[in-house]
Amino acid sequence: MEIGGIIAYLVSLAIMAGIFAVFALGLNIQCGYTGLVNFGIAGFFCVGAYVSAMITTPMPTGLYAQYVKQLFGFNLPFVIGLLGAALVCGIIAYLIGYPTLRLREDYLAIATIGIAETLRLVFNNEHWLANGPRGLMGLPQPLHWLVEPRHYNYIYLVIVSVVMVVIYIAIERVIRSPWGRVLRAIREDEYSSAMSGKDIFSFKMQSLIFGSMIMGVGGALYAHYTKAISPDVFTPLYGTFIIWVMLMAGGSGNNKGAVVGAFVVWFIWTLAKFLTDFLPYALKARAPYIRFLIIMILLEVILIYRPQGLMGEEKRVSKMMD
Amino acid sequence: MVELIVYGIVLGAIIALGSIGLTLVYGIVRFANFAHGDLMTAGAYVALFLVTGLSAWLGIPDTTFGSLSFGWRMALAFPIAMLCVAGVSILLDRILYRPLRAKRSHPVIMAMSALGAAFIVRMIVLILWGADYRFYRPGVMRPAILLPLGVKIRPDQILLLLVVFSLVILLYLFLQRSKMGKAMRATADNMELARVSGIDTERVIIWTWGIGGALAGAGGILYGIDVQLHGGMGFNLLLPMFAATILGGIGNVYGALVGGLVMGIAQQVSTAYLLPTYKPAVAFIVMILILLIRPQGIFGGGRS
Repeated sequence: MEIGGIIAYLVSLAIMAGIFAVFALGLNIQCGYTGLVNFGIAGFFCVGAYVSAMITTPMPTGLYAQYVKQLFGFNLPFVIGLLGAALVCGIIAYLIGYPTLRLREDYLAIATIGIAETLRLVFNNEHWLANGPRGLMGLPQPLHWLVEPRHYNYIYLVIVSVVMVVIYIAIERVIRSPWGRVLRAIREDEYSSAMSGKDIFSFKMQSLIFGSMIMGVGGALYAHYTKAISPDVFTPLYGTFIIWVMLMAGGSGNNKGAVVGAFVVWFIWTLAKFLTDFLPYALKARAPYIRFLIIMILLEVILIYRPQGLMGEEKRVSKMMD
Repeated sequence: MVELIVYGIVLGAIIALGSIGLTLVYGIVRFANFAHGDLMTAGAYVALFLVTGLSAWLGIPDTTFGSLSFGWRMALAFPIAMLCVAGVSILLDRILYRPLRAKRSHPVIMAMSALGAAFIVRMIVLILWGADYRFYRPGVMRPAILLPLGVKIRPDQILLLLVVFSLVILLYLFLQRSKMGKAMRATADNMELARVSGIDTERVIIWTWGIGGALAGAGGILYGIDVQLHGGMGFNLLLPMFAATILGGIGNVYGALVGGLVMGIAQQVSTAYLLPTYKPAVAFIVMILILLIRPQGIFGGGRS
């Protein structure tokens, strides 16, 4: 492979890692700072991708309409797509948080598995909603007229990076605010935060909604990168599990860790893809399972031997406390 | 409709086997075992290996009992596979969960570890057996028996209910009569108090995982006999199992049994109105309703 090919490959690698970093940042608010277990990232991933896809594409017309059915098609710009994805994911987070956040913590975990599974089933079976299992194709790519199509990835890498950095800075700011300190207090000890007069339910809800909105943005970024989405992408393994591994590897409760974890784990994942290419032919069909097994064993090792991840949590919680 | 309810009881009996184990572990170890569904998958596939691989090698005849779809091979494989899954379950606890318990890890870490274990078990199953749908015995379905009210039921399903019924009776006797059973109930009530009364709570925990695993294995095999085997079968049963556990009140074995039957019936009856693929979604909706209306479950253990 000549050098240009390698660079192009690294760029595509960085785009995907950047998108996953957005998810990891969203999860970090919920899990890292507030101690909420969201096992349904795939659901927000899915909704974010579909909502943005439908906001930015026109309603199919003519012959095309017979093959592609979708609930709506607004033909609006990419940025509106991102915001719409965040908004809808926020609403879903509220609906799932309402019955579960007052109860013990594992109920949220169970319920989020349920919502992700349910959303995937709905998108898979309801053709009128977003074309069922065939999914949506030909999603628009922002600023695509700037360069030739084969160089487009450079533009998209810039877009993903900008979104990621904006989200990163936003989280860093709010998490160092009094609001962020309440979240950490809840994670460490719910009862004593409640005794300090904090409305636990409301803070948990805000954290869940905030994190899920960011995941919606991540889903939208993914959709416009691949240009085609279908429900089979948003499985618990690919849509949820990998992101958890990224956060745990990088360091739960540390935004730098979330980003670094996303890049490191995505790199390991891709490397494992190369390695499993050398497997004998008979095993090739099962290569994805072997890759997932490697990633999971990695996770279990991290959980037992280095639960703080690569980075660990920053203990300095306020810029006033130097 | 009556027929759907009967099928619901059959599915519910399988779910109940899973949720009884889930509730035992939940009540005694205070641990939401997200790997429980995949332990069912493991049981089904271990039995598949025993039935189609090992039995053939040992020369056990491939005959069937009367009008059932299986014979000696399955009769031998069933308890062995249950023991194997009990072993897997205990092993997962020793290797993965116990170190975290000892360190008093945050519940987030525990939950993550269990979800990781679930995928590890499933990936091993998929690596060994692939992602195709499998059956214990190829060929046509056995003729159904016609019951009153136009209910068609297969002989397999009647036996399945009998097996679940006897396993529950055995568990009841074990919990009520045996020393270990009593120790388990005491530990569920209050682990600290049990420990100071001289109960070896670590042994209790091992037994709990073992029994939970064995019942999950049995449930998986029965599901494989009734429907088919697939790598995702256990994960699809995870939501109804958790819903049944919550419905019955966490830690309540008999509540889990009733909860399992309710979830089975709810899922099967829903197929009259919805696509059958929506079954996990139905379980989810029922669970949300329980959480909204009565989060402590119908038999309100109240302890949380």
